[in-house]
Amino acid sequence: MATFNLNINGKVKQVDVDPATPILWVLRDHLQLVGTKYGCGIAQCGACTVHLDGTATRSCMLTVSMVGNSEITTIEGLSEDGSHPVQKAWMEVDVPQCGYRQAGQIMTASALLDKNPNPSDEEIEMAMNGNICRCGTYTRIKKAVKLAANS
Amino acid sequence: MSQQNNTIGRRAFIRNSGLAGGGLILGFSWLNSCKPKQVTEAEVLEMPKEWFEINSYLKIGENGLATIYCPNPEFGQGVMTSMPMMVAEELDIAWDNVLVEIAPYDAEVYGRQFTGGSQGIRTRWEGLRTVGASAKQMLKEAAAKQWGVPVSEITTADGVLTHEASGNTLGYGEVASAAMAIAVPEEVTLKSPKEFKIISNSKKNVEGKKIVTGKPMFGIDYQYEGALVAMATHPPAFGLKLKSFDATKAKSMPGIVDVFEINTYADDYKRNFFDTNAFTELVVVVGKSTWEVMNAKKSLDIQWEPISDYEYTADRFGMEAKIKVPSGLESSDAHYAKMEELASQPGQVVRKDGDPEGVFKTAAKVIERSYTCPFLAHNCMEPMNFFAHVTEEGAKLAGPLQAPMLIEGAIAASLGLTSDKVDIEMTRMGGGFGRRAYAHYAVEAGLISKKVNAPVKLVYTREDDMTFGIYRPSYQATYRAALDENNNLVAFHVKAGGIPETPVFADRFPAGAVENYMAEQWEHNSNITIGAFRAPRSNFMAGVEQAFLDEVAELAGKDPIDFRLELLDRAMKNPVGENNDYEADRLAGVLELVRDKSDWGAEKPGVFRGVAAYFCHNTYAAHVLDVVKGADGTPRVENAVCAMDCGIVVNPDAASNMCEGGIVDGVGNAMFGGLTFRDGATQQTNFDKYRIIRHSEAPKNIEVHFVQNEIAPTGLGEPPFPPVMGALANALYKAEGRRLYNQPFISDKPPLVG
Repeated sequence: MATFNLNINGKVKQVDVDPATPILWVLRDHLQLVGTKYGCGIAQCGACTVHLDGTATRSCMLTVSMVGNSEITTIEGLSEDGSHPVQKAWMEVDVPQCGYRQAGQIMTASALLDKNPNPSDEEIEMAMNGNICRCGTYTRIKKAVKLAANS
Repeated sequence: MSQQNNTIGRRAFIRNSGLAGGGLILGFSWLNSCKPKQVTEAEVLEMPKEWFEINSYLKIGENGLATIYCPNPEFGQGVMTSMPMMVAEELDIAWDNVLVEIAPYDAEVYGRQFTGGSQGIRTRWEGLRTVGASAKQMLKEAAAKQWGVPVSEITTADGVLTHEASGNTLGYGEVASAAMAIAVPEEVTLKSPKEFKIISNSKKNVEGKKIVTGKPMFGIDYQYEGALVAMATHPPAFGLKLKSFDATKAKSMPGIVDVFEINTYADDYKRNFFDTNAFTELVVVVGKSTWEVMNAKKSLDIQWEPISDYEYTADRFGMEAKIKVPSGLESSDAHYAKMEELASQPGQVVRKDGDPEGVFKTAAKVIERSYTCPFLAHNCMEPMNFFAHVTEEGAKLAGPLQAPMLIEGAIAASLGLTSDKVDIEMTRMGGGFGRRAYAHYAVEAGLISKKVNAPVKLVYTREDDMTFGIYRPSYQATYRAALDENNNLVAFHVKAGGIPETPVFADRFPAGAVENYMAEQWEHNSNITIGAFRAPRSNFMAGVEQAFLDEVAELAGKDPIDFRLELLDRAMKNPVGENNDYEADRLAGVLELVRDKSDWGAEKPGVFRGVAAYFCHNTYAAHVLDVVKGADGTPRVENAVCAMDCGIVVNPDAASNMCEGGIVDGVGNAMFGGLTFRDGATQQTNFDKYRIIRHSEAPKNIEVHFVQNEIAPTGLGEPPFPPVMGALANALYKAEGRRLYNQPFISDKPPLVG
């Protein structure tokens, strides 16, 4: 066990955990931030995507000891009220079916748009390829990313 | 308008004690996800001070807001939006003034709270509208009493009651209290489709905002004071069971509370048909956090041993069924060899029209083709999980499941409780696809909570989830068709089977459209468990039948759509046999619609088109897929056009979303899906080896069109999915010049010639 001070959604949070604990479980079990989802545990599905200093990162393989002073943003930190342009676009296009993986999709999409405000279809696909959606909402996700890009 | 006897409505008026004490509910911190009309932003935040429960589906606040309870669990098919739309339509309330909650599980009040088989909308269509119409009638009668006017002179719109002659108006909230005292009407009048204002007008997902802001809503997110985390280990292969285990190391690890064995079913419990479970003896680790439990689970030293042949009796919808489980460690290679062997032998004839064997002997042309598919795992994105808190007083459980009534008995029996002491909360599900109709994990959670005497959340790892069983079976089908000298289809023969069940539907198209027809089936038992998977059996038969018909049309020198329409014309005008379980005109209707909308027949260079149509789960689907080759030659679906006939479409945009997802899922499973076995173990345990379709492989554009009619609505969860495999196979043939017979297509390569 060790104590870590983490920068999460603009606040410093202190946790006392095994240094090998992935950030995913620190968020879900210790900080009750459950918007970040468990899907595979091996960085293959993208459900656990958060921003680490603005870059989309799989939190299931990011251990708490690797984070240091980096800033973590989760879906809860993107905006509390759904006012972030990507969240608004997701609601406007009515993307979700089951909704389980949409937080991960939104985090990847918002990181993409921060770096590339006007991505092509191919760039959207490349950036989003690590995020599986079992419900098959890919065409709507692409539509929502483009809508967010234009807003 | 139609008169509706109010049997369902009256049952709905059993006020639910879980919702209200004495019928009055005090408002508190309800999430306000919809803005009421004509109120300021400040007022929006003011939830009603009081709620008046008109019936168990519906309560109205003094300010006119209504909360409507969705009776069926939600796994992404959109019932939490579409079902309340049906209530709101007949209630005559503005949709913006409606809040939605999931109903508690109470079969006595809410009937069949089951999401599956594409039956939700179909079975709730009359009942939910009657609930809304009954409540509206009670509000009208309350207003009539207050004003001293005949109820027939009162009209309603957008939550307002009006008496035109006197100019009186009242909001629903103002008479909701008085309406509670009105007798439930014996009969109500329902609107005709032309009067709909909410139904058939797209509404956004009522949980959209919660989803995009990451609110806790799934079972795996369930939070409860003092809850421990549990994980269970099952045998690493079908055909093995627990022999012994050493938990010394695991118990000494940080955060671990206990390690023990559970046995899922009580000895005297008679399983029902959804208690499918190969692994009833599990080793459980309970601890304080998920990561600690995961680590301790890995450190367990468990010995497994082979099972012997056994059998048990299950209740199959009121009938006793003997389930035989063979011993042995099975492999996919042996499965395919066995299926090939059985396919070459006579099967059980389940339908025969005319003289198929005679006609095959004398026909001008005969074509025979065989098809296979592998097992598939559902891979719901939210792994199986359940919360349980079992005390001496009773059990409180919460989590993702499609049908609480199917597992309530097993939970009660395993915990030694009566069903009335078992409370099950239905959480939103991260996918279902049929898998969560088999909720053994809820029983397991209950047993674990009882053993550790604490609230517990049981969570499956992805590997636990993918390897536990309850898969789509592996199937094989052989088709034969005979053409006469004029290229008319004169005989058709399907023989199909699988491990461990047959996929044959003897009375589906083209049965009824061919003079000489035969359907045969066979089965080979297995200890690998299977379960309903999005459009069971249809998810294989549709694709291969439609791929075969494409090849028959080609042999006949006919356009594939014209060829199907000719057959359907025969089925309409002069059907063969009496038990054909499809309406030929509606199947032809979706084919004609997809032909028009896709501009079928227009040649586009570099675009390779395939068509397929199918009827299952009461709904008709037809697709045209356009395949285009990328710069590296990889084929991809550029465009998909889909035509559906599900009768009235309750929530059109959400219905389109469901069809879009079905098409993506169909392309994905046909191209990449597959679970294979060696020595009883799956060779894929996570998404590194089990390939799920991704963004860059999905169709680029999908268009969905609905046949416009006023037929009572049917479902969409399953019907768009099965024919996709056929349309894709037919398009890929055009692109590659080679027919595909074995799913997944990515590995269906021609044999190497030396």
